[in-house]
Amino acid sequence: MDMPAPNPTVLAKKPRLVQRLRQVLPEDAVIDDLSETRAYECDALTAYRCPPLLAVLPSSTQEVSDVLRICHEEGVPVVPRGSGTSLAGGALPTADSVILGVARMNEVLETDYDNRIIRVQSGRTNLSVTGAVEAEDFFYAPDPSSQLACAIAGNIAMNSGGAHCLKYGVTTNNLLGVTMVLMDGTVVEVGGAHLDPGGLDLLGVICGSEGQLGVVTEATLRILRKPEGARPVLMAFDSNEVAGACVSDIIKAGVLPVAIEFMDRLCIEACEAFAHAGYPQCEALLIVEVEGSDAEIDDQLSRILEIARRHNPLELRESQSAEESAKIWLGRKSAFGAMGQINDYMCLDGTIPVSSLPMVLRRIGELSREYGLDVGNVFHAGDGNMHPLILFDANKPGDLEKCEAFGAEILKLCVDAGGCLTGEHGVGIEKRDLMLHQYSAPDLEAQMAVKDVFDPQWLLNPAKVFPLSVSESRRAAQMAAE
Amino acid sequence: MRPETEAELAEIVAGLDAPVRILGGGTRGVPGPQAEVNVAGLSGITLYEPGALTLVARAGTPVAEIEAALAAEGQRLAFEPMDHRGLMGTEGVPTIGGVVAGNISGPRRIQAGAARDFLLGVRYVDGLGQVISNGGRVMKNVTGYDLVKLMAGSWGTLGVLSEVSLKVLPKAETLATLTLAVPDAETAVQALSAGLGSPYEVTGAAYDPEAGRALLRIEGFAASVDYRATALTGLLAPFGMVTRLESDPWAAIRDVAPFHNRTGDVWRISVKPGDAPELAARCEAEALLFDWGGGLIWALMPEGVDLRARLGAFSGHATLIRGKRDQRSMFQPEPAPVAALSRGLRQRFDPKGLFNPGLMG
Repeated sequence: MDMPAPNPTVLAKKPRLVQRLRQVLPEDAVIDDLSETRAYECDALTAYRCPPLLAVLPSSTQEVSDVLRICHEEGVPVVPRGSGTSLAGGALPTADSVILGVARMNEVLETDYDNRIIRVQSGRTNLSVTGAVEAEDFFYAPDPSSQLACAIAGNIAMNSGGAHCLKYGVTTNNLLGVTMVLMDGTVVEVGGAHLDPGGLDLLGVICGSEGQLGVVTEATLRILRKPEGARPVLMAFDSNEVAGACVSDIIKAGVLPVAIEFMDRLCIEACEAFAHAGYPQCEALLIVEVEGSDAEIDDQLSRILEIARRHNPLELRESQSAEESAKIWLGRKSAFGAMGQINDYMCLDGTIPVSSLPMVLRRIGELSREYGLDVGNVFHAGDGNMHPLILFDANKPGDLEKCEAFGAEILKLCVDAGGCLTGEHGVGIEKRDLMLHQYSAPDLEAQMAVKDVFDPQWLLNPAKVFPLSVSESRRAAQMAAE
Repeated sequence: MRPETEAELAEIVAGLDAPVRILGGGTRGVPGPQAEVNVAGLSGITLYEPGALTLVARAGTPVAEIEAALAAEGQRLAFEPMDHRGLMGTEGVPTIGGVVAGNISGPRRIQAGAARDFLLGVRYVDGLGQVISNGGRVMKNVTGYDLVKLMAGSWGTLGVLSEVSLKVLPKAETLATLTLAVPDAETAVQALSAGLGSPYEVTGAAYDPEAGRALLRIEGFAASVDYRATALTGLLAPFGMVTRLESDPWAAIRDVAPFHNRTGDVWRISVKPGDAPELAARCEAEALLFDWGGGLIWALMPEGVDLRARLGAFSGHATLIRGKRDQRSMFQPEPAPVAALSRGLRQRFDPKGLFNPGLMG
């Protein structure tokens, strides 16, 4: 994975930059000592590391504006950072960039239950948004697995999803407005507490732009009343194909569960050894969850179980208690941790049409044998968002490269099956160089034109999302201007 | 000009040297230059997978054709797109491209989301005649920038849609409409907010001041609908006597039927629901209709009145849907830095200023 060489002109500016930033930020909000900037050298894609030139931790929209204005004047690249949980390298710095962390901006600004909104500073963690409203029985729907740690800023940057987005949608469907600072320091308000824009849907393109268009400092989010109850059911099958067909039939039958999760044998065994969730031994496991009152849940589950029975399940297990439900989810939610116990792993995130599930799983199995690397599959089956976990040994020379090549093959397979490279993690640096497999040069040019409008100098998170060869002339223009 | 294929469309656009009006069925009354590019010839469903909740269609495909195909599989467009013909006094065949270009959503938007939330992918021809693809046909996709959302509601100003890909949903087995008499908008919005803030999944929340009634819709399997109707009736009791309506009023609300065959300008105002009663009073309208729990106000106004001047500064926006657009722009003017971004995007997507110029600022 290549990153552009640092710009020596920018590196030489460090003392002046520190001095200027300290004029607008408190002493402890400008971090320039190498022993401390190391804390920002990577995100959750830990295979790639590089300490930034500096890190700054502003506490207000005004401070963010001041920082960006100064960096803009000095021609210094800025890499925005939420909680640093990106699996795609979205917050990976370069040596000539300033990390702008929003972690100190974590306040709730407004809760309004009548209008079903909450306004928060963007450094607030996902789970603590729900935490702020759950006493009134409300919640914020998008639930990425990292929700304990990940920030709303990062959720907006990557348009994060989660297990329950089959019913509730992803971040973009639950985001009503933002306060955002452009690279030149201009503060813009986009959207608000009302629905849908009165002009172009700028909010729609800001969400998922991976910190390349501006720095979001505040967000207005939709909150929902909690359902009366929820209950999962476990279904065990003796092949991936049958489990896939069952998913398709459930969806066709008009029942819309809140979540349909899929795990294959390798993942089931790993989770069982790690979390002791009591999962049955089988080739493929589905966790299907429905919501409502007890009677509504009974009714929906009876319809779902009737469909499942037509697919000769090895076992159908309806949760009988809150404790059992928690245990069923514990296994699934600890899947990544469980796989980490076996070996190092790389987590992929491609999406495929649900109908292609059996073919794609079969092909992944074949590739696994060709590359000699094990792969476990755990994913959101209802919406086709796969998370193949490729196991490798980071200490074994050549294993990481082999794993990257295998991962690239799987992602190309997803695209060829009618899907896409990334369903909820983002492109970052990880999938950057595969973008031309999914999009043509004019397709990417259209996307880059958006960045040209928001950030004409390409200073915000510049070496991400687009293949370096494709964005080179734009980034080179910025360096020449220095 | 009426292309039959995407390639023909691209060729036509590449050869344009003067502004054009982009249209499909031409039912939504969007003004524009004399010269037209009509995409109604780009028609047909190209892919429909009920088990994957996905449908792909060419932009000129009639909405009715899509709805019929979905109904045959017990599915539907959950965002409930409005039919503008009654309100605008237009004829013609509404197309899916028009629905997407206008981000046209009905009462269920409050719960299920807008057209833009169900749009998975687009293909369009930009101002240079290039075919651009963004998004795809899968439900979760964060690969690159989301130009899909940007194209939804861009009213043809960024490109000419040639194909759209949509998420569809199962059709509900049945529905119930609860109604209660309310004295004013204030009480109505409070009652609707109580319903929308309940766990009973209200999929429609409207208030018709002329009839003096608030309306709430719940949908799903029959037993579940009965259960929730009873629960909501209890919850709403403090606001008035709740009864269950036998007829289905939601298509009429969606299409703003109370304003049909009445003269005057029609404005569509999107606000925070709680702000709606006070803003509606400022309109001094001839008639009003509230949807989205109060968050959407339809106002029938005397011809020529600048409603935005009456509303003053407010959080939200007012769109002139029907009426002479002379001094009054169709869309709410944006604050300067936002307007600069929108203008910049239009210049990049349509550098020659060919598509519906001036429509969005």
